[in-house]
Amino acid sequence: MTSTAIPTGDNTLLKESKSDRKISRVERFLGPENYRIVVGLLKTPASIAGFILIGTFVLIAIFAPAIIPPVGNDPYRIPRDGFSGEPRPMGSEWKRNVPEVPGWYKLVTGKDEWVHLLGTAQGQYDIFYGLVWGTRTAFRTGLIVVISTFLIGIIIGSISGFYGGLVDNIIMRIVDIFMTLPFILMALIMAAVLTPMIGKTLIPSIIALVSFGWMGYARIIRGDILSVKERDFVLAARVVGVRDYRILFRHILPNAIFPTLVLASLAIGDVVLSFAALSFLGIGTQVGYADWGQVLSFARNWITSLQTYWYIVVWPGLTLVFFVMGWNLVGDAMRDVLDPRMRGKS
Amino acid sequence: MAELLLDVQGLETRFKTPEGIVHAVNGVSFTLSEGETLGVVGESGCGKSVTMLSCLRLIASPPGEIVAGKALFLGQDLLKMAPEEIRKVRGAKISMVFQDPMTSLNPVMSIGQQMAEPLLLHMGMNKEQARKRSIELLELVGIPNAADRLKDYPHQYSGGMRQRVMIAMGLSCIPQILIADEPTTALDVTIQAQIVELVKRLREELGMAIIWITHDLGVVANIAHRVAVMYGGYIIEEAPVKELYANPTHPYTLGLLGSLPKINASERTRLYSIEGMPPVLYQKPQACPFAPRCTFVQERCWKENPALVNITPTHRVACWADTTSGSERL
Repeated sequence: MTSTAIPTGDNTLLKESKSDRKISRVERFLGPENYRIVVGLLKTPASIAGFILIGTFVLIAIFAPAIIPPVGNDPYRIPRDGFSGEPRPMGSEWKRNVPEVPGWYKLVTGKDEWVHLLGTAQGQYDIFYGLVWGTRTAFRTGLIVVISTFLIGIIIGSISGFYGGLVDNIIMRIVDIFMTLPFILMALIMAAVLTPMIGKTLIPSIIALVSFGWMGYARIIRGDILSVKERDFVLAARVVGVRDYRILFRHILPNAIFPTLVLASLAIGDVVLSFAALSFLGIGTQVGYADWGQVLSFARNWITSLQTYWYIVVWPGLTLVFFVMGWNLVGDAMRDVLDPRMRGKS
Repeated sequence: MAELLLDVQGLETRFKTPEGIVHAVNGVSFTLSEGETLGVVGESGCGKSVTMLSCLRLIASPPGEIVAGKALFLGQDLLKMAPEEIRKVRGAKISMVFQDPMTSLNPVMSIGQQMAEPLLLHMGMNKEQARKRSIELLELVGIPNAADRLKDYPHQYSGGMRQRVMIAMGLSCIPQILIADEPTTALDVTIQAQIVELVKRLREELGMAIIWITHDLGVVANIAHRVAVMYGGYIIEEAPVKELYANPTHPYTLGLLGSLPKINASERTRLYSIEGMPPVLYQKPQACPFAPRCTFVQERCWKENPALVNITPTHRVACWADTTSGSERL
């Protein structure tokens, strides 16, 4: 065959019409579908409010020592100003175990001495201190529980979805059994059994919440894996001779994990609420540990006279409400973004 | 005669479904020699893909099950190999290209990562060698700027380019057999022609045998040496490509060829079509599976299933009727 001359011409128009939508590094990393989810989340007013709330709590947790410096060796012990049972109102004088006075305090209040900003609870525990340092406890327990439940759920759900058949059937029936158990009651019983063995720390409650909290993730990831494993590229990987575990971890899981990951990251609010419930019922940490449920539980005996002692319920209650609301706002926005019917509308 | 690569004998595959057992492949036998291209033709659901997937043991089990047969690859039975052995055959010695390039690549892995996978697995290459080889392969299938495009993800490739990538991946370990499962069906006609030309060129260069599954008789005429026509899980006619087009014998083959539009037909001619639908076989057929749709149907067709018999040394057909005279074949 004779070679013909390559046609030449004006190619400038061609160059201009080349793909003009720039694909950012983030989008390249996340892939188009996941990128859409992230962008969708950052555009909704509700989710932005949620992110602001969560962000505020993160800042409080990080800067807790600057907001109210710890007293004594263990910063997670709420300092006690005496031993009287009766709560004292907001703004009352702080006499014993007074923390150092940080810079912001003088600027905001104009005072040189600490007062009980939000009052004291039964036993003269400072509510403000408990709430600030309790933020750290909240994130810590929330993260530990969410990460553990997520990992357990992913592993169990993946095995179930990937191998299918009898394995799937057995695992899913176990999940069903776990799901029929009333969550908070089972967690309560388990934590109550574990506490004498392990001691009054965060661990019994964490184990209890993890044991009864993984089923949702297992179900969701299983469903996604069932759908992804039927896709052609999985068969294509098999044809190439890729090993089972590599097909599961490199080809299937990355395509299936994102919705579960997002759901898990938003579950921290619920976990903290459950944890506070256990704490409120007196299970978990020793008395005086900086933890919102614990602070709230100090109000138990004074619930009948809340017209006088409203601050012992309102402040820890509001903190919990804002924390959970922050996560839920983001969660709601997430549900909208993940809804396939909403695709292409944002 | 070239060396016999693949010898499939009496392959039977079934699927258990809630409605009953579906007999998808019912005793298929064929051979493939070195350097040969076998076209496999038939309607959707006639068992073309299942046959090939069964040979590589890629049928999901459950619900699928290979009940009987042998698939001898260079004398070794693929159906009896240990899982680890057959894994080494897949991709390295027998590879496969699928119909839909849009879904056959993993959306969260870059092209480079996916192309490296068989190379790392079967060729014992390290990552740098695999990268170099991937660039060579992409250039081989005609992707410009191959080195840069390795970093790209599948959604940044067009359909034709993705199919080229799939072919490049199929070829990466220089297999002895390439099974192409309707590789041009999802592409438009110009890209189809390019892919067919590409495969023909690579066949010359690398000298591999090809099994080309399609329902496009035009493409088969262009690329195959020999054609097997499948219906209802059986091969019902098999012949060298020229013989098949010059001398179609089975009523189904006649119907398929008859339903192609003719370039010299007058405008008002109605295009021929075979009446009815291909059967879903809940029982292993006792009669000829094509009998309900056949225009040459005879009494015997309802009682016995015809076996594949040679009518010339290279032409095999499974039919009771003699389609040239309309009488029963003896």
